[in-house]
Amino acid sequence: MAPIKSLEDLQRVRDEALEKRRVKSASGQTQVIVGMGTCGIAAGARDTMKAILEYIEHSGLTGVIVTQTGCIGLCEQEPIVQVVIGDQPKVTYGKVNAETARQIMREHVEEGKVVDSHSINL
Amino acid sequence: MKAVRSMVLVSSDPQSMERGAQEVFDRLQSEIQAFHLEDEISITMVGDVGRHDATPLLIVYPEAVIYGPVTPDDVHFLVEEHLYKGRIASNLQAPARELTGRIAWISARKGTLPAEHRIVLERAGLIDPDSIDDYIVHEGYQALGKVLTEMTPVELIAEIEKSGLRGRGGAGFPTGTKWRFVSKAAGNPKYVICNADESEPGTFKDRLVLEGDPHSILEAMAIAAYAVGASEGYIYVRGEYRLAQERLKTAIHQAREMGLLGENIFGSGFSFDIHVHSGAGAYICGEETALIESIEGKRGEPRPRPPYPTTNGLWGKPTLVNNVETLANIPAIVRHGAAWYKAIGTPSSPGTKVYTVMGNVNNTGLIEVPMGITLREVISIYGKGMKNGSSFKLAQTGGSSGSIIPASLQDTPMDFDSFSKAGVALGSGALLICDEDTCVVDLAKVLINFFRFESCGKCNPCRIGNQRSFEILTNISEGRGTLSDLDFLQMLSDNMTLLSNCGLGQTAGTPLRDILKYFRAEVEAHIRLKVCPAGICPMTEKEPVH
Ligand SMILES: Cc1cc2nc3c(=O)[nH]c(=O)nc-3n(C[C@H](O)[C@H](O)[C@H](O)COP(=O)(O)O)c2cc1C
Repeated sequence: MAPIKSLEDLQRVRDEALEKRRVKSASGQTQVIVGMGTCGIAAGARDTMKAILEYIEHSGLTGVIVTQTGCIGLCEQEPIVQVVIGDQPKVTYGKVNAETARQIMREHVEEGKVVDSHSINL
Repeated sequence: MKAVRSMVLVSSDPQSMERGAQEVFDRLQSEIQAFHLEDEISITMVGDVGRHDATPLLIVYPEAVIYGPVTPDDVHFLVEEHLYKGRIASNLQAPARELTGRIAWISARKGTLPAEHRIVLERAGLIDPDSIDDYIVHEGYQALGKVLTEMTPVELIAEIEKSGLRGRGGAGFPTGTKWRFVSKAAGNPKYVICNADESEPGTFKDRLVLEGDPHSILEAMAIAAYAVGASEGYIYVRGEYRLAQERLKTAIHQAREMGLLGENIFGSGFSFDIHVHSGAGAYICGEETALIESIEGKRGEPRPRPPYPTTNGLWGKPTLVNNVETLANIPAIVRHGAAWYKAIGTPSSPGTKVYTVMGNVNNTGLIEVPMGITLREVISIYGKGMKNGSSFKLAQTGGSSGSIIPASLQDTPMDFDSFSKAGVALGSGALLICDEDTCVVDLAKVLINFFRFESCGKCNPCRIGNQRSFEILTNISEGRGTLSDLDFLQMLSDNMTLLSNCGLGQTAGTPLRDILKYFRAEVEAHIRLKVCPAGICPMTEKEPVH
């Protein structure tokens, strides 16, 4: 990537990244975000992440991006997983172990039904 | 953590209790549940609010409407009108009157329901820390671009001074002033150090920023470097923070590739680069001069001051040392301006504070709230009350060098000046909330044990003072204490505070002083009656410690 040499360059990089994002959400793409701070990892976020990746591989799901983020400060609720489908509002889940992660993948990501028993209000 | 939209306080002084405050409180609880508002509204008994003409009083935030006298039968109507429909039930309002004392202070804070306000943690948990694109999409590097292309270092420092930002590393030193000292200091090169040692027990606020939003620290350091005229920076990261170190290194690599670190940033001729330096697990290395010694490859022992790092820091050169949370405020101040920042928090301590809330509350975790909210608010709103309905006994702020805050001070606004006026310290932002099952002797013993291990041993008051204090506390907890021990503890505490070389020893005496000041009866019970009122201490003869 060309180095940023001015505020205009920065704005251009930002616009490009935003455009990429817009295209993604307009195409109904699904994003699954796992909280991977030290607290999340200590609470089992790596297993959660692994379960999500395995689920995608086994079920042959496409159009799902799995990313990580830091800790949001809700340490009691870790591991935390957020799901964004297209331009719908983000849903946040707490205490997501591997099994719950598979349930979220099946019911929310595949079938579009929010798993109320594990969702939390922010 | 989740915030509530409204908070209801019920007066519970003896007169209110006699007039049915408990029934009012119980009814309030059941009505709020009946309207399904329990997730949105917190209720608290608040003791004596200083007004006795219309008790029991019921105060609703954020509007700060005062109702009274309230009977249990009024509660249904009040909940439906005010909390459910949002209309003030004026027929039940307490007679207007000039307000003095605590209630005046409570109502002066009208409209300030302390909702979470995220500046430092704005992006933590929302962006991918390994993606510079994500950071840029969330306004990242705009502040750096702005200062490098539109502001002179002098203007920048003036803006930070005007914002009133004070250091979040513990001492609360005005950040703009420190920047000015370093910029004026003679010597070349100059250095910027981010203190990410974060070794106060129970404090992990900086980790959240480092792991969740590493670019914000790089951007802030580059801005600081431009202000003071530095070309090289170090982030001194606690050794245990492996993940934070990895993420910082990734971020530095990305920033270099994009030309946001390195030579001629934003085409301005300004050059700056950053190294990550890992600590090795010593608490003392969070002290800025010990930290500097450690980066230089020496044993981590504090230097005598003056001279201060602002003139004689790393390799003897002028050096700016700032805490992670302090720095994380910088890009937002530059983007939104000093006036915006100054409007948050209290006049003498603007901005927000990040707290790690732990202990006997229902909800633990991190919060970022405006400076000046009270402990009671933290416990009832963010902590969702005490666990198992227990009652609040004390809070320990700021890790080990913080203070012990008794229940009587829980309505003191939490900002630097209000706390120092009350004789307590805000410290690093840990809030350990303890209920009545906590023994103060045991708590002090745990804290002093930490200092005893972490004292570097360079100066006698700290090395010997902590060891002797620990022995005495152990003796008291095992039923061997004498009353003269308490005078001795007081003397050790004073000596450590007055005579130690650095902040470790100077603050180590605080828990001793605090328990003798606020909980002397409980300590004396261990000695006179040979009982631990909380039932924690063993109170039996063991081998005396050496
Ligand atoms: C024993 C001891 C430990 C300290 N630990 C830390 C620490 O972990 N992190 C920190 O930022 N400051 C720590 N400090 C305070 C630093 O010496 C220094 O005041 C601070 O980094 C200045 O940054 P600020 O102006 O942004 O607050 C410690 C001080 C003492 C005496």
